[in-house]
Amino acid sequence: MNRLAKIGLIIIVILFIVAIFAPQLAPESITAQQLSARLEGPSLAHPFGRDQFGRDLLSRIIFGARVSMRVGVTVVVICSAIGTLIGAMAGYYGGWIDRLVSAFIFNTFLAFPGILLAIAMIAFLGPSLNNVILALSIIGWVSYARLIRGQVLKVKEQDFVVAARALGSGDLRIVWRHILPNAIQPLIVQATLGMAGAVLAEAGLSFLGLGVQEPMPSWGKMLDAGRAYVTMAPHMIIFPGLAIMITVMAFNFVGDGLRQWLDPQQKRI
Amino acid sequence: MMGRILVRRLVLVLPVIWAVVTLVFLLIHMVPGDPVLTYLGERATPEQVAEMRHRFGLDRPVWEQYIHYWQQLLKGDLGITFFDRRPVTEKILGRYPATIELALAALVVAVSLSIPLGVTAATHQGKLADSIASVVALVGISLPNFALGPLMILLFAVKLRWLPASGMGGLSHLVLPAITLGAALAAILTRMVRSSVIEELRQEYVKTARAKGLSERIVIYKHVLKNGLIPVVTIVGLQFGVLLGGAIITERIFNWPGIGTLTIEAIYARDYPLVQGCILVIALTYVLVNTATDVVYRMLDPRIQVE
Repeated sequence: MNRLAKIGLIIIVILFIVAIFAPQLAPESITAQQLSARLEGPSLAHPFGRDQFGRDLLSRIIFGARVSMRVGVTVVVICSAIGTLIGAMAGYYGGWIDRLVSAFIFNTFLAFPGILLAIAMIAFLGPSLNNVILALSIIGWVSYARLIRGQVLKVKEQDFVVAARALGSGDLRIVWRHILPNAIQPLIVQATLGMAGAVLAEAGLSFLGLGVQEPMPSWGKMLDAGRAYVTMAPHMIIFPGLAIMITVMAFNFVGDGLRQWLDPQQKRI
Repeated sequence: MMGRILVRRLVLVLPVIWAVVTLVFLLIHMVPGDPVLTYLGERATPEQVAEMRHRFGLDRPVWEQYIHYWQQLLKGDLGITFFDRRPVTEKILGRYPATIELALAALVVAVSLSIPLGVTAATHQGKLADSIASVVALVGISLPNFALGPLMILLFAVKLRWLPASGMGGLSHLVLPAITLGAALAAILTRMVRSSVIEELRQEYVKTARAKGLSERIVIYKHVLKNGLIPVVTIVGLQFGVLLGGAIITERIFNWPGIGTLTIEAIYARDYPLVQGCILVIALTYVLVNTATDVVYRMLDPRIQVE
């Protein structure tokens, strides 16, 4: 793996530690308001400053990592499971199942640009952490399914699969034991890049007021709150902005690095 | 030949349009409880609720509503809003030009940044310029528009006072939103242009062109780029819709009076018919732009028809 990917990996490990041990690491409670110190800039005692209610921004960013990682991991796990199941089925059985899935269902889900479908669903279901996870999973599984379908198509006619079939292996066994292990590497790359996408999407939805609700902190929501105080308290947008950027970049670094490492022919950045 | 491509694409796209419309129609039925009650709030009288449900046809069976939805849609009618009961189509048409303007400006920003950056990176492969372009591109992909936008307002509007922070007006109002919306696309395109140009540079015709004594500039910009841009055109087309989606956030940051701001206002007001209309128009634009891109792509590169 290249150097950027290693840096990314270190950042990701730190992020998970911060997310898991947030209650131990945060210097203050995320709801503790100190109104006399509203919008206070960064200082030694409060390196990220305070927000419009005088809450410690560092503590809120630490707890924000929890929300980001939780959404990211849950969405990636759900998407990989659904995507693998549907993608493998379409690729393995082919025929009308494949045509239905790949020509119709894929295209329908891909007909909504970016997070538009997630925005639409949350607009009607109402904003909450669970609805964010639900919406992002519904828009996210397609790219996993497409990937797995492609992998299955590539592998299924190869000799070892034909041999397994000749030896009397059932469909389920062939897919599980012979085909999917070959698809696991690109799946890991996809999942890493998917983490970046999910973290970004959660922050975007929360920025629009469609994500997690008070008092739970989210980096996107903090950024939105900071916009009103951009002249007096620029730290309110700088630190959440950096948190999102560093997190997304770390996952992108690792995803890119893994892709290059696993597939040396595909030389990208 | 052209006719066949068009017909084939249309046959593929019609079921997708049907599914998109159906999904958007079903959205209002996903509201937990009753959409009218959610809109009017707890204090509404049963008469008010009943009147409004009847006015919006929500008291009829779902399949009847569905058929009605299609009938109206085919006439270009997206229904009326909850709030002032004005036609949804009228509201959207009033705002859509601003969004198209912003998306096109973002596209211009992205293309004019990515071609020189990508070409420089490709011709200096593995050298410092390449690394710098690559890192800039990665930062661009990772920095979301809702972080970039406020940061640029902080720098260019608040600190330097060069550009206005929000609203719509002359060209100066367009600069920050267009950069905010176009940055991520610029980053993606830079990577595309780079790998595409590297690929083309390996081709035989490049050797021939160089052997003829053509300057490197002409080889790159007249020969390599012409072929290398074909896959880039597809990405631009596909990403134009993504720009429309991203415009929702960018418009909110800069109070840009487009369809994105309209969507968010409608969501906050729980004006469900208006939200449905906005989502449908954005999605259908995306589908149509993608289809058009695909057709253009096939015209540009005849090899694709061999399949």
